[in-house]
Amino acid sequence: MEYSFLIYKLVLILFIFTVTLLIALYSTFAERKVAAFMQDRLGPDRAGPGGILQPLADGIKMFTKEEIMPNTSDRLLFLLGPVIAMLTALMTSAVIPWGRDLMIGDRPFSLMVANINIAVLYVFGVVSMGVYGILIGGWASNNKYSLLGAVRASSQMISYELAMGLSLVALIMTTGSMNIRDIVEMQHGFHWNIWYQPLGFLIFIICAFAECNRAPFDLPECETELVGGYHTEYSSMKLGFYLFAEYINMFISSCILVSLYFGGYNFPFEDKLGLSANALSVVGTVVFFIKIFLFIFFFMWIRWTLPRFRFDQLLRMGWKILIPLAIFNILITGGIMVLFK
Amino acid sequence: MQPLTARAKQVPSRKMTWTERLYFPAILNGLRITMRHFFRKNVTVRYPEVERPFSPVYRGRHVLKRDDEGRERCTACGLCAVACPAEAITMVAAERKRGEEKLYREEKYAASYEINMLRCIFCGMCEEACPKEAIFLTERLAHPDYNREGFIFDKAKLVEPVDKDKRVDVSKRIIPYPSPEKLAP
Repeated sequence: MEYSFLIYKLVLILFIFTVTLLIALYSTFAERKVAAFMQDRLGPDRAGPGGILQPLADGIKMFTKEEIMPNTSDRLLFLLGPVIAMLTALMTSAVIPWGRDLMIGDRPFSLMVANINIAVLYVFGVVSMGVYGILIGGWASNNKYSLLGAVRASSQMISYELAMGLSLVALIMTTGSMNIRDIVEMQHGFHWNIWYQPLGFLIFIICAFAECNRAPFDLPECETELVGGYHTEYSSMKLGFYLFAEYINMFISSCILVSLYFGGYNFPFEDKLGLSANALSVVGTVVFFIKIFLFIFFFMWIRWTLPRFRFDQLLRMGWKILIPLAIFNILITGGIMVLFK
Repeated sequence: MQPLTARAKQVPSRKMTWTERLYFPAILNGLRITMRHFFRKNVTVRYPEVERPFSPVYRGRHVLKRDDEGRERCTACGLCAVACPAEAITMVAAERKRGEEKLYREEKYAASYEINMLRCIFCGMCEEACPKEAIFLTERLAHPDYNREGFIFDKAKLVEPVDKDKRVDVSKRIIPYPSPEKLAP
């Protein structure tokens, strides 16, 4: 029993790991294609049919590039930066419910790695650690641009984590649980949290953009001002890790956005289809991934639409608009809960 | 002040209204525009496979012309090489042997004639310099290659085929001599 449990969890972890990496890999390709289409171009189409092998070519390129270690850098920290960025990006996927339990024989197989009751807190903890990857990398590079990028990243993270946390407080007030699995189960059918927490969702998604360092909040990289921001001095696969971590983060934040606000694996009229429990579980997982891909597309859509913020605008928005709005949202939610329950 | 164009517009520096300061209408409008472009037909030409049509007077890859009887016109005088500002043209001259009258028009011909397409700037000076109407620039392109050797075009690539149907049409690029009557005052 115990061994089979361990083996099952290990297989599941490996599977999720692979899927995450694969999606991140193809997100890079999708990003280039989306960007191209939005600019009336075609995008990469040379490697394989329709350019489908482009991520592989990019990966090989990254691996075979010369590895440059600046001689003024702190060796250990310089190596540690991308490792932390990658590690924290991958760790969050542990608490995401990918689907309902699968029944094989009469034993339930849970489609999530760890069903913990403080999952939301766990996500927050891991995400806030993610900034250390950038901070350490930028600091250890011993380069002005890198340091500026790192400083920007850290202050941006601190400012937006507050608003993000506060927007989630309202959500947790309505659901009464920090377990992502429970939150998803509560959104059965079409009772998605987005209908009850539209303002909270808006704040959360803006903060998610900021936490992922995606445009219009990509100030830590900011090619036009800071060369490459925190990864200016990085090359070869260490740079690849940073870029890759960004895409994994995007995937994971899409997962969390969908789970918390868009019903996770729930979809409308799911009870009326007359499917067996297992079939419903599989369909639910497929629906979950479709929603995730739509969100990833939305991330890219925003990136190729909006220009970058100035840093003072970014901080003003974080502290003077989003945090008061989030507190206002909590008050409204609380008021409605007191009045109607 | 006199505006420079008819499209000049006075921009008021007024304060933004409340809805404008929300930025959401502007953001949604931006998203709408990018989405419209997403579904628009893209303008990319997949170059090596597809070529866009060029004007008949386009200055592209050269051709070495033959005369009506299929003889090479080039007499290896070297004026094109002298005229070339990029020094892309090299040639070796040779004397026509007995029995080669069907191949070369003059007694002297180019045994080898090479244009380095990486050096060439497609200015058309060679064409202007040529006294024999032998070299012309055409609307064809020098195609991409993986190594530099492929860009040194020799006679095999430059001289047009003997077959009348496969000749390269350069009639649009020939500047007609004005008739003596027109030149006379």
